[in-house]
Amino acid sequence: MLESYLPIAILLIVATVVCLLLVAVGTIFGPRRKSFRKGSPYESGMQPIGPGTRRMSVRFYLIAVLFILFDVEVIFFYPWAVNFRALGLFGFVEMLVFVGILLVGYVYVWRKGALEWD
Amino acid sequence: MNLQVTSTDYLSILPPTILAVFAMLVLVIDLFVKPERRPGLAWLALIGFVVAGVAAFALINQRGTGFHGMIALDPYAQVLGLVAIVAGGFTVLTSFNYVRDRNIGRSEYYALLLFSVSGMVLMASANNLIIVFIALELLSIPLYVLAGFARPDPQSEEAALKYFLLGAFASGFLLFGIALTYGALGSIDLTVIAAKIGQVGSSPMLLIGAGLILVGLGFKVAAVPFHMWTPDVYEGAPTPITGFMSVGAKAAGFAAMLRVFGYSLHAIQADWVIIVAILSAATMIVGNIIAISQTNLKRMLAYSSIAHAGYILMGVASANQTGMAGALFYLLAYTFTNIGAFAVLTAMARPEGENQTFPAYRGLYKRSPGLALMMMIFMLSLTGIPLTGGFIGKYYLFLSAIEARLYWLAIIGVLTSVVSAFFYLRVIVDMFMREAEPGQEVKAVNYAPLNWTINLTALATFVLGVIPTSALALVQLAAKLLMGT
Repeated sequence: MLESYLPIAILLIVATVVCLLLVAVGTIFGPRRKSFRKGSPYESGMQPIGPGTRRMSVRFYLIAVLFILFDVEVIFFYPWAVNFRALGLFGFVEMLVFVGILLVGYVYVWRKGALEWD
Repeated sequence: MNLQVTSTDYLSILPPTILAVFAMLVLVIDLFVKPERRPGLAWLALIGFVVAGVAAFALINQRGTGFHGMIALDPYAQVLGLVAIVAGGFTVLTSFNYVRDRNIGRSEYYALLLFSVSGMVLMASANNLIIVFIALELLSIPLYVLAGFARPDPQSEEAALKYFLLGAFASGFLLFGIALTYGALGSIDLTVIAAKIGQVGSSPMLLIGAGLILVGLGFKVAAVPFHMWTPDVYEGAPTPITGFMSVGAKAAGFAAMLRVFGYSLHAIQADWVIIVAILSAATMIVGNIIAISQTNLKRMLAYSSIAHAGYILMGVASANQTGMAGALFYLLAYTFTNIGAFAVLTAMARPEGENQTFPAYRGLYKRSPGLALMMMIFMLSLTGIPLTGGFIGKYYLFLSAIEARLYWLAIIGVLTSVVSAFFYLRVIVDMFMREAEPGQEVKAVNYAPLNWTINLTALATFVLGVIPTSALALVQLAAKLLMGT
């Protein structure tokens, strides 16, 4: 059973050796000329403006979380829609229950004012 | 594919469904009533617990499985489900005034409590490792929020964050363990696993998987060495929630552990018994010894709850029917006792500031004799003195260890029980035999629902110790049906 993993092991070894080899060749034979440009995060991009960690409004996180929640839940509709005929009335009722639970969450979010921007 | 849903399917998830429906009702009604009427929703939550409890009790003699064997419908599930429901119901009663006085009383508190208990009940009836995982998340996520409910309080926030980070980590372990178990046996159905393991026996992959599952569940029940989060989280969380966590999460963790190890992996017990036994011994020793040096009652009870996880682990390690019945009975007795003890702590928590150090309890007998008397019953039960539920539970756990020829474990259990007497009796000594220092007299708050909780749990602790017959018959039936001999 373990023999079947042999190709993967060989691949891993070859990949590691090649990587180390390339890095080693570069460090040993390559010239090193440091400059300000080379030290910047994106050597050929635009000049960096301001610090990397900008403060964001916490509202974005709320919206993002709500989006993920409802988006992921809506994904469950797809397999149900594809199998709608096979699932029949039972599947329909089950989906209504699911949507009902979703609606509870939606009403909650709405009444709590999480959808207001201000 | 057969998509027929039978009545057994619905019956098998009836109690958790009721709890979830009531949780949603609480959430929605809260949005449409006037703010001053919102505290009344606590009673709706309580009704939810009562209805779910009645449903679980009515299902106690049902047998079968629902949803293609994913949910078990057996006395074992209902007994542990009832433990969680009782814990939740009493927590509502204890919380009522606590959250109002601190201005943290929002309806979400009760909704989260209901959701968490529905996860615990689902965990008790989970017959599939995926359901175990879902139930674990369902019970844990509300608990993370509840631990941080006293929000402006930095200790509470710390508790929530610590619990969340470590809990998420432990969930990862559990899931990895489930994946490896699936890899080894090709099934995550606990019944199928039990059948297959008899044919194929153990393999390194299965043992690693089982070990990781043990780590994930060991975290939930606060077994040493996965207990690091317990003292800080228990101390920082609102006091009624601490009581709830120490009981409900523990019952749910052991529900899964006993079903996975006592039932599914029973055939390969030779491989795991020694590990669980060592965990149990370490948990009892560390929990009891560190509890001695605590000066804060809430922290002391946190370490004591670690130690009690060790005693129950003894029942898991025994891997026999006595052990399982003993663990179930212990969980039942421990639920009443610990909820009661934390209700006393809640009564001692003044709204203007919580002082849970030992000196605050000095001379309590003079100030509120009833409260001191009840606290004494709880402390005696935690020590395991006869005439209390704790004694019967410990007796059966020690007996099971002896039956399983784990004599050294039983000896450690007895010795650590003796050690534990020191810090439990110290509370009694402080309450009855010492005078409060001037200016240190903490007066207990006096609220009707809180007093009901304390009196009822004390009564239950006492009844379980004096006439345990019917409860014992129930847990023995549950253990017998699960272990199938």
